[in-house]
Amino acid sequence: MTDLFIDNLSLSYGNTVVLRGITVPALPPRALVGVLGPNGAGKSTFLRALAGLGGYTGSATLDGEDLGTMPFHRRTGKIGYLPQSLPQGTTLIAYEAVISACRAVRPDLPRPAIETMVEDIFDLLSIRHLAFKALNTLSGGQRQMVGLAQVVVRKPALLLLDEPTSALDLRWQINVFEVVRSVQDQQDGICLMAMHDLNLALRHCDHVLLFGQGRVISCGAPNRAITPEHLRNAYQIDGRVEVSSTGIPFVIPNGIARELTRDSDQGTINT
Amino acid sequence: MAHSPSLPSPSGSLARQYRSFVMRRVIWLAVLLTALAGTVIINIMTGPAELAFGQVIRGILDPASLSAGDDIIVWQVRLPYALLAVCVGACLGLAGAEMQTVLNNPLASPSTLGVMYAATLGASLAIVFNIDVLGIPQNYLVPVCAFIGAVASVLLIVGLSRTFGATVDTVILFGIALVFALQALISLIQFVADSDSLQQIVFWTMGSLARATWEKLAIVAGVFALCVPFAIRQVWKMTALRGGDEYARSFGISVERLRLTVLLRVSVMTAVAVAFTGVIGFVGLVGPHIARLAFGEDHRFYLPGAALAGGFILAGASVLSKSLVPGILIPDGIVTALIGIPLFLVLLIKQKRRAA
Repeated sequence: MTDLFIDNLSLSYGNTVVLRGITVPALPPRALVGVLGPNGAGKSTFLRALAGLGGYTGSATLDGEDLGTMPFHRRTGKIGYLPQSLPQGTTLIAYEAVISACRAVRPDLPRPAIETMVEDIFDLLSIRHLAFKALNTLSGGQRQMVGLAQVVVRKPALLLLDEPTSALDLRWQINVFEVVRSVQDQQDGICLMAMHDLNLALRHCDHVLLFGQGRVISCGAPNRAITPEHLRNAYQIDGRVEVSSTGIPFVIPNGIARELTRDSDQGTINT
Repeated sequence: MAHSPSLPSPSGSLARQYRSFVMRRVIWLAVLLTALAGTVIINIMTGPAELAFGQVIRGILDPASLSAGDDIIVWQVRLPYALLAVCVGACLGLAGAEMQTVLNNPLASPSTLGVMYAATLGASLAIVFNIDVLGIPQNYLVPVCAFIGAVASVLLIVGLSRTFGATVDTVILFGIALVFALQALISLIQFVADSDSLQQIVFWTMGSLARATWEKLAIVAGVFALCVPFAIRQVWKMTALRGGDEYARSFGISVERLRLTVLLRVSVMTAVAVAFTGVIGFVGLVGPHIARLAFGEDHRFYLPGAALAGGFILAGASVLSKSLVPGILIPDGIVTALIGIPLFLVLLIKQKRRAA
């Protein structure tokens, strides 16, 4: 069982406070949380802070242990963070990239155990055919899948994925959600996923955390957190939320919200 | 380290496929090692007094079979010379490979970033001012001073790339500036040096293996042997670092600490390599590139490959330095620079193309 509590978190990027007062109600095990918001809203800063790669004030605890003071090695065992950038295109083959990610930080595991883990993850992500290809010969999307494999291979209880679907086509986007669900089921884990596609969030996430204007605009079940009003506040757009014939809600953006266009020219928010 | 077929049968077919995949690399390592051994023997055969292949082999296996003159030639002159070439080349190859990984820069090497010149400056100071600390013999004091110089330059590179961003161009441009500045300082020391020290320093800046002795060889080989276990310990972290800093950090690797410990090791190897031979450029740049082409970037193969390639290049260059002009020993540093500069330019152009 994994419990994540986030209470009154404030985050800075450089000297600027990007987000303040983030409080997320206790997340149940197996929760898949979509972290949404416009460019520069602080989605990446938020995930990096939880991964222990950036400072924060306030309180964030995983299974009762404060993330800020958790020792490096324990954090490694529990948290998997996928950066927004793709892995570098090197002459390493995908299999080496994934196995090194595991062996670099888990020298305690015997080699056969690691080989089994790596084998499983290539199957789980359906990228077995890429295993012996050099990263510099793979497409952006394929490299993104290898990056995901490097993070997911350790089956962390808390997955922090920064736009894992940004370079992927539709089929692979759905594949990523299936992979995440499968890992969560095995670990009773929680996943926080930054993304831009509101419809993917509506379709696949259990919860949504919508950032904007330097704060949390809304937080909760997708159909309650993504409303026309919240979209206007977060993205400064006019949009509708409709329900498809299968009962799943989806967003149709109409245009830039007129009364706010002048302020949102730069797409940034003054905090 | 690379391949242990005795382990229990692999748990899945990817692991098995990978084993046959790396078999090719193991074979290439063996080929390179054989070529290196061959070069060493050719190196011992080459010189004013020509020795036959059989003579050399017999002389090494059974020194008593040699005449008194040949015994001195093989055991006192040519063997330490040939082996020092291998050890210095291996140190520079390994140092260059590790440097390229931690700085994420294919153009980094002890010579292109000025580390070697900083070591030269440290050594020159020790030679000219005849520094005497607690009566430590010069054979040990010069490498220590070279090391201090090398560490200072490495810390400077790390500090500056942290301040101004560590793009490939910034670090290389900074390295070039450092090389010029250090060369000016070395010239300044030459200017104030007496004729005796001056000769030593000039010999140093040209880079030559000519003064090889068993003691110097033992020091270089010892330091190399000391550094290797640390390199092996970090081999997976180094491989994981190839994905980029951000990914390595996300796996739980303390990137800053790794970078610093590796660069310290690079300083030690560079300093001890050049302490007895002087500036030998481009081995540390070209060796890693050969290794990358042949073995990929899994550091279990890349690092030994770079060390072997470095040893091979310098051993080959030292054969050339003896045989280009019969009877004259051209400084090895000049030979490696003449071979290395065209290769460096090719790499630079390829790098530019990739960036564009």
